[in-house]
Amino acid sequence: MTAMTLAQALNSAMDVMLARDDNVLLMGEDIGYFGGVFRCTEGLQKKYGPGRVLDTPLSEGGIVGAAIGMGVYGLRPVVEIQFADYSYPAFDQLASEAARLRYRSAGEFWAPLTVRTPYGGGIFGGQTHSQSPEALFTHVCGLKTVIPSNPYDAKGLLISSIEADDPIIFLEPKRLYAGPFDGHHDRPAASWDGHPHSEVPDGHYRVPLGKAKIARPGNAVTVLAFGTMVHVAMAAAADSGVDAEVIDLRTLIPLDIDTVAASVKKTGRCVIVHEATLTCGYGAELAALVQQHCFFHLEAPIGRVAGWDTPYPYAFEWDYFPGPKRIGAALVKAMDAKAW
Amino acid sequence: MTQAHSAPSDQPGRPALSLHIPEPKFRPGQKPDFGGLRISKPGEIPRPPIDVAPHDIRDLADGVIRVLDDEGRAVGPWDPGLSATDLRRALRFMMTTRSYDDRMLRAQRQGKTSFYIKCTGEEAIGVGQSLALAAGDMMFPTYRQPGLLIARDWSLYDMACQVFANAGDRMKGRQLPVLYSVPQEGFFTISGNLATQFIQAVGWAMASAYKGDHRIAAGWIGDGATAEGDFHYALTFAAVYRAPVILNVVNNQWAISTFQGFAGGENATFAARAIGYGLPGLRVDGNDILAVVAVTRWAAERARANLGATVIELVTYRAAAHSTSDDPTRYRPADEWEHWPLGDPIVRTKQHLIARGDWTEARQVQLAAEVEDEVQGAVKKAETLGVLGKGAQHRPETMFEDVYKEMPPHLKRQREEFEGGR
Repeated sequence: MTAMTLAQALNSAMDVMLARDDNVLLMGEDIGYFGGVFRCTEGLQKKYGPGRVLDTPLSEGGIVGAAIGMGVYGLRPVVEIQFADYSYPAFDQLASEAARLRYRSAGEFWAPLTVRTPYGGGIFGGQTHSQSPEALFTHVCGLKTVIPSNPYDAKGLLISSIEADDPIIFLEPKRLYAGPFDGHHDRPAASWDGHPHSEVPDGHYRVPLGKAKIARPGNAVTVLAFGTMVHVAMAAAADSGVDAEVIDLRTLIPLDIDTVAASVKKTGRCVIVHEATLTCGYGAELAALVQQHCFFHLEAPIGRVAGWDTPYPYAFEWDYFPGPKRIGAALVKAMDAKAW
Repeated sequence: MTQAHSAPSDQPGRPALSLHIPEPKFRPGQKPDFGGLRISKPGEIPRPPIDVAPHDIRDLADGVIRVLDDEGRAVGPWDPGLSATDLRRALRFMMTTRSYDDRMLRAQRQGKTSFYIKCTGEEAIGVGQSLALAAGDMMFPTYRQPGLLIARDWSLYDMACQVFANAGDRMKGRQLPVLYSVPQEGFFTISGNLATQFIQAVGWAMASAYKGDHRIAAGWIGDGATAEGDFHYALTFAAVYRAPVILNVVNNQWAISTFQGFAGGENATFAARAIGYGLPGLRVDGNDILAVVAVTRWAAERARANLGATVIELVTYRAAAHSTSDDPTRYRPADEWEHWPLGDPIVRTKQHLIARGDWTEARQVQLAAEVEDEVQGAVKKAETLGVLGKGAQHRPETMFEDVYKEMPPHLKRQREEFEGGR
């Protein structure tokens, strides 16, 4: 076991897989010699060579399209799109191609690629370096969407993703690369040092796709969250004094509805949290599923706390970000059906 | 499990296939030597008539059009014959651009903004091309051409307010620093994504032609971003419709940490991309203000004469970091720029003015002081109004505006919720 940041844990996952499987290779902008703009691939080109850790042209559609071709050959490309905001030029290759090869060829072709990409705000990245586009991907059948919230899960989930035979969108909460972030932006930045989930096995292990985890047990209300918002939701529970059960979904597609439903049936209340814009966000799907599975257990309407339906405004990052105060208010409201 | 369609094949006598991985010539710790770079002699490249068939000037895509020689003299057919007044203005704007960059970088280091991007070493491009275009023409820049605005004498105070995202920022704090927008000067709102503006410039030019207008468009893109699909869209549409547009590729050698070989620059010049589309492709010394002005004027005249688009590769060097988030000493020799054979555009312009007897070292010192004062005054004024998160700011609830022309009910509700929760 080694104490790792989230970025180091991802690096370790790629290191392990490059060592284990000759078919695994990395591709992306600035990931090779430079080690990536967030340092996630630092040292890997030196260790495995520029032919296995490939710097690429600035061409997201090209990167993903090439990775599909490699996947069809039988390789397991792991590509980095430098920011999730840059994934849109690759959208056709992802949505129309990677997602559907297996279906349209009735299982004759597929591309086992993993697309790693940093998402979310908290670094004053403005509207083109802060978005959370998970719902664009979860809406595409054929893609699996994975979002870790801590170093241990990040490594295990990335290994499972690389080993999977389906295309995986692996969204990395960029605000968590160096340390956990609970949304209290005015406090000093935290580090992963000493965090229970920063102790990471050095070798190979898997965290299974499609399994949620209870990040904070509680009895009053269920909070569904993923990525950065897991930490923010836990802070909101502590700040508001509401005994929330925070579920870290970890995989959005396929969703672990059993863990979600069991918790909501226990608490009778549910608040959904994400950083992406509200309307048609992943929270809408969660709300629909929760009411379907737990309708007769619900004691209050399902709450949603999300980014406002605007682009991410550079200077008003903290007015936009759904922080612990907003989430805490939603928890309190969830406890009082008459407040609705 | 592998897919069933093929198995690796072993063919004795044939070489095993292998990938070529581009590698820049020099890495940190190595001594840069650009001796192998093929650069034409100043004055060597002919200047064809604007109605030349693109096919007949294919070789121009491989040369480098240069006017200023090593002694600072203007030589050859591309000399645009600028007046001393115009040249001194160009020098002043280039120096203003550099001084502004330096001051804003310091402001970033002091925490007054979160981010900044310099264009050091590339000042002749923004300034020269801006001076070669006409008022009313539409410019679709990247984040590394602030000289386009500065050469229009646009307010440095206005630019600094954008960087500080204060109450004077006309973009209301919505955009990353340096992503300016100035419709009054034909300066399109800069996108934080790469390459998107290139095809948009073509579309604007198509609209101008559609309406029988006389205005032309110009787009800019970096060497790295030519790998995006938008570059191909732009050249295709520009060629198909003979759009009145100038398509500028600023080859500053580096796209963050990847050298231009990763955009295909090892195999052919960026100007040569034009050939495959049937467009003229000119390659110009981007640090030679006279050559930049002359080539841009040539392309502008072609566009205005209904002869269609021109691709211009401006060969330069990104002397500074990609941005304040970057550390170029990790991937290239720290002193690489000092070895760049095309020199410093400001020094070369000054040298030329002195060589023609229109300038002195004393006046240069005086101008530097004037520029410094001007920049300092404008930036200080903006800082006094406010910097990121301090001083006069836009009201945060303005973030709900301009998502749509009229705010729909769901956004009004969200704004109310936001105001109620503060």
